[in-house]
Amino acid sequence: MHDGSIAVLGDKDSVLAFKAIGLDVFPVENETQAREKLHALARKYSVIFVTEQIAEQASALIERYKSRPYPVVVPIPSAEGNKGLGMQGIKSNVEKAIGADILFDKEGK
Amino acid sequence: MSKLNVNPTRMELRRLKNRLKTATRGHKLLKDKSDEMIRQFMLYVRENKRLREEVEEELVTSLKSFMLARAVSSDAEIEEAISMPTAKVSLETSSKNVMSVNVPVFNVTESETSGLYPYSFASVTSELDSSIASLTTLLPKLLKLAEVEKTCNMLADEIEKNRRRVNALEYVMIPQLEETIKYIVMKLDENERGATTRLMKVKSMIEEQNK
Repeated sequence: MHDGSIAVLGDKDSVLAFKAIGLDVFPVENETQAREKLHALARKYSVIFVTEQIAEQASALIERYKSRPYPVVVPIPSAEGNKGLGMQGIKSNVEKAIGADILFDKEGK
Repeated sequence: MSKLNVNPTRMELRRLKNRLKTATRGHKLLKDKSDEMIRQFMLYVRENKRLREEVEEELVTSLKSFMLARAVSSDAEIEEAISMPTAKVSLETSSKNVMSVNVPVFNVTESETSGLYPYSFASVTSELDSSIASLTTLLPKLLKLAEVEKTCNMLADEIEKNRRRVNALEYVMIPQLEETIKYIVMKLDENERGATTRLMKVKSMIEEQNK
């Protein structure tokens, strides 16, 4: 099952850098490929970093992994820059738990 | 609010009273649990936000410099340089219990490396060096982020579930039980009054006959 290894999933430009530091990288090109790959990786890897583009495309799949301890799927910004999807995730968590977004309102201004 | 469909008997009344007591107690406990979970959640989510801000900022910079390196050198050179990484990162995973939610905990075990860079300095540009150096330092933070973010996700889920339970108890179960208990008490009282008047009537009839 999950053996404590780390995978990085995303477009080639973004993930290649992670290879140099010893993570397993899986470059994917399109949406279908990304979803299939994520599904396959989820069985083995404990932590999967996905770029924001992929996270957006495969959001339904990622949603399913949210309530289990493993795998941990984390969206990261890609080489093209930050789209703010990760922050969106935190925000929606706060809204889900508390009912209103109290974190970003207060500190955002 | 609808009452439960039960027979108005003393036995049923006693049973319902017990159920009401349990429900009230459960409601109080769940409400306390929810309060504490939200407190914990706030701690985690603040950390989550701080970590994510830091990580995203640093990650974008190091990926940008990696892009630059790729632009300068040819694809083949880059591939060759990094295709055999010297470092191998693996995790020791365990789980921790936060308010009876099992959340993951990571322990990074980096294998012994001969050096940070898996290539010779002559073959690639310095952008690649700096990008890889910053990524390496970023990795523990990334993993910490993964851990905290997962904890937040799971806590948020659990808080929502718990809130549903609390609401179900507070707005459905407890009022229903109270209503039913009231109904049974009324019915029993009514029966008793009925019995008393009947007795009085019978008594007066007998007295009439005995005159």
